[in-house]
Amino acid sequence: MNSWFSGEWSWYIAGPLIGLFVPALLIVGNKVFGISSNLRHLCAAIVPGGVKFFHYDWKKAGLWNLVFLGGVLIGGFLASHVGAVRNIAISGETRIALSRLGIHDFSGVSPHELFNWRALLTLRGFVSVVIGGFLVGFGTAYAGGCTSGHAISGLANFELPSLIAVGGFFAGGLAATYLILPFLLGGI
Amino acid sequence: MTATSLPAIEVNGTGDSEQAARRSVILLVYLLIGIAFGVVLTRSEVVSWFRIQEMFRFQSFRMYGIIGSAVATAAASVALIKRVKLKAISGEIIAIPRKELGSGMRYAAGGTIFGIGWALTGACPGPLFALIGNGDSVMIAAVLSALAGTWVYGWLRPRLPH
Repeated sequence: MNSWFSGEWSWYIAGPLIGLFVPALLIVGNKVFGISSNLRHLCAAIVPGGVKFFHYDWKKAGLWNLVFLGGVLIGGFLASHVGAVRNIAISGETRIALSRLGIHDFSGVSPHELFNWRALLTLRGFVSVVIGGFLVGFGTAYAGGCTSGHAISGLANFELPSLIAVGGFFAGGLAATYLILPFLLGGI
Repeated sequence: MTATSLPAIEVNGTGDSEQAARRSVILLVYLLIGIAFGVVLTRSEVVSWFRIQEMFRFQSFRMYGIIGSAVATAAASVALIKRVKLKAISGEIIAIPRKELGSGMRYAAGGTIFGIGWALTGACPGPLFALIGNGDSVMIAAVLSALAGTWVYGWLRPRLPH
């Protein structure tokens, strides 16, 4: 079943739709599509401390983006409540590889064995959520962008810095997949 | 009575309050665009840890197709916008600031660090928030950690190579 409201959208529908957020934000208010700057805006709004990086007018620079981010959260809620919640139809090879690493629950969007509050008390749950989240925040701030700001907005504008950053995204992702996950998941 | 009082209210209203109303409408537009983005992220399954694993293991074309066609669509739109020198609805001429290359270190190192986090959490920043909306409440902890990571970067920034 692959209707508009239930199940996943094909890549050739989803990809161009994601790409259209770049011109949409430019046309509405000359804004550059990028999610991770919100993490900086939130730090600036909540705990700037004595850190110079967080002392700027976050409302002027980022209120629009924080509102956009609130929308992303609402959109996630709506999308998961309209239409059936179903398993992710990943390839058989991935399923086998992950089973070997000790992932057995393939229901839902992410493996429940790693992503639930109680799992935070296990090494693999803690590393997946807390350490992983920390690296997402640190890395995107250091690189000055994430998948949206660099891989989509940046590459679409033919920026060399973004190409370097995207190379880094994949280098890091492959390192984690092949060097960290086997020990993290297989070890416990 | 209303005929005489209404114009007076309108005259008073063309100052700050009208600008404030305009700003609220624009923010509402950003909210709606954000909602659409959250729906697309969820329905495309870009938010799924399983899909990210499939991508990093090169076992499906899907994520590459999504990212590739997103970049192609965005690039074509940006080229068109530049060519016709389009103005934003807000009135400004659309201009995308270039990113400074510097030594390139921040992009290589920061990118790699983020990549490790992306594979571990199975989510980049947009999906982290979409997942909370999906009801995956433990992602609140991931967002708090991401804020801590961003804060620590801000603190270490003067001592890091850029």
